[in-house]
Amino acid sequence: MDRYARMFERLALQRQGAFIPFVMVGDPDIPTSLDIMRALIRGGADALELGLPFSDPVADGPVIQAAAVRTLAGGVRISDCLEALRTLREEHPDVPFGLLTYANLVFHDGIASFYQRVARAGVDSVLVADVPVREAGPFATAAAQEGVAPVLIATPNADAERLAAVAAASRGYVYVVSRSGVTGAEETVRHEPEAVFRQLREMNAAPGVLGFGISTPAQVRAALAMGAAGAISGSAIVRRIADGLGDVPALLGDLETFVREMKAATAPEYDVA
Amino acid sequence: MKLDGRFGSYGGTYVPEILMPALEELEAAFLDAREDEDFHETLQTLLRDFAGRPTPLWRCRNLCADTPARIWLKREDLLHGGAHKTNQVLGQALLAQRIGKRRIIAETGAGQHGVATAIVGALFGLETRIYMGAIDVERQHLNVLRMRLMGAEVVPVESGDRTLKDAINEAMRDWAASWETTHYLLGTVAGPHPFPTMVRDFQRVIGEEARHQMIQQAGRLPDAVIACVGGGSNAMGIFADFVDEEDVDLIGVEPAGHGLDSGEHGATLLRGRGGILHGAHTLLLQNEDGQVSDTHSISAGLDYPGVGPEHAHLAATGRARYVGCTDDDAFAAFQRLSREEGIIPALESAHAIAEAIRIAESADTELDLLVNLSGRGDKDMETARRLLENA
Repeated sequence: MDRYARMFERLALQRQGAFIPFVMVGDPDIPTSLDIMRALIRGGADALELGLPFSDPVADGPVIQAAAVRTLAGGVRISDCLEALRTLREEHPDVPFGLLTYANLVFHDGIASFYQRVARAGVDSVLVADVPVREAGPFATAAAQEGVAPVLIATPNADAERLAAVAAASRGYVYVVSRSGVTGAEETVRHEPEAVFRQLREMNAAPGVLGFGISTPAQVRAALAMGAAGAISGSAIVRRIADGLGDVPALLGDLETFVREMKAATAPEYDVA
Repeated sequence: MKLDGRFGSYGGTYVPEILMPALEELEAAFLDAREDEDFHETLQTLLRDFAGRPTPLWRCRNLCADTPARIWLKREDLLHGGAHKTNQVLGQALLAQRIGKRRIIAETGAGQHGVATAIVGALFGLETRIYMGAIDVERQHLNVLRMRLMGAEVVPVESGDRTLKDAINEAMRDWAASWETTHYLLGTVAGPHPFPTMVRDFQRVIGEEARHQMIQQAGRLPDAVIACVGGGSNAMGIFADFVDEEDVDLIGVEPAGHGLDSGEHGATLLRGRGGILHGAHTLLLQNEDGQVSDTHSISAGLDYPGVGPEHAHLAATGRARYVGCTDDDAFAAFQRLSREEGIIPALESAHAIAEAIRIAESADTELDLLVNLSGRGDKDMETARRLLENA
């Protein structure tokens, strides 16, 4: 059984949802980033969703764009990011690591070579933000050969045919977005995605996890109530990092506390105050 | 999607999943309109009565008159708006209306596509927002004023390199949130399917006219068709009708900036590697990690690290060949055409003029060279003044 399957099985037994924080690997430098990822795990993250920095992140809003800029401006290379993940994998053999990145980083040097490299770094899944299911074939095939799960996005505007294609192709989990737009927009959930989660279950898809617009414990709770198996929080965390870099020890404590509060909301006894 | 949207292995639809329904809707409207006589008639009328087609073909009287070559200029600089861009914005605006979009957004580099989009925004009463790199806002200020005068909102983009590629990123982000009400009026033959095919088809009128005009005025087809290539829409527009004429050389001229080996240029087809940017598999200027490179060109409209996927295909098959032209050579051609012919070309188009001059001056037999004079140079007077003062 792979790490995602074991995680969802454990959470099902505990009657909990998954809380999955997102950060950019290498933001703002490799040692600090490693400490940040460790803090997220200490706070109780069930899995990590990790950005590989790209120069032209068209699916990201200003907060995550700025993280990519910080990381690349610091001279961080993709090989440095993967080396850091390999280190973290040795420390945490069971926590699923998902990568979120862009097509050119996967494609430019040969798709097969990319998936070999990330598999060696201990990565469990890869979501390529600008590869829709229509173009996903070669990516999914190369991923499967290395035992890496291809993750696809289920959108609120998908018709049944597209949703079925996403359900069939996505492994590990399905990344469900609840609204149009890019990451980090300051608005609450606009489309009610219950129907998407229900259809994904009917199609025997991998568990659906809600991304976009998750920045408070109440939103985690709401996501699970809509039928999500978990919730991903990105911009809320990356913004804390941007604001907290002046005092890294305090930042690490703040992130650990934030994750602990968000994780607490995944338990059934959690009381929405 | 009905079409596969590929040119050989290039092209495709590499966009976030959320945009796929918007691309499908656009492709359907485009294919439907292609078969619709009324659509063609409406577009033809607009091209003729509003935009001023057909544009003339001018045989240079003085430029390279002492060589065996004749240089023929397809005068897209005389089109309303001052560049070839107006051809295809009329087509896309009609499509936007067809699918009920009330708002249009666009990216712009030199500002020519932004001006063209502002024109159709005003003409059709569409809310219009133009994304423009902050650096380009400075160096093409006159075009910013034109856009604003016609009622468009111009948003300076401060991210990344602050030029054309960053303006496209920002327009794509807008579209991901607004596709239900908004048409992204992409300005060139790049981007995801159906844009490369659709923009080429709306621009091929340039080559269709030029072909008839060559036969009428020269009595033969040209030996070579020469056009500058940034994203590549004016080149695809004039190439399209000659692709099947194997005796006609197709020559694309890329911005070699400070030189092809300087690291400061925009010569994607000559120096790029395969990659994926802005929706398409194409050639890209990028570093060894796959991060997209900063580019440089004297002309904002050619300052782009990618290129339309059909050009990548034409380069791969050898049907078209691509050469570089430096900033200095382009500026020299800009001055020569102004002084010798009384025509001030856009700095973009001056790259194609420079290549025509180079071929003419080394010719030892009679040659007919057809050059797409894709835009006029009024917008470049600030740049020209600065270069002349520093000379």
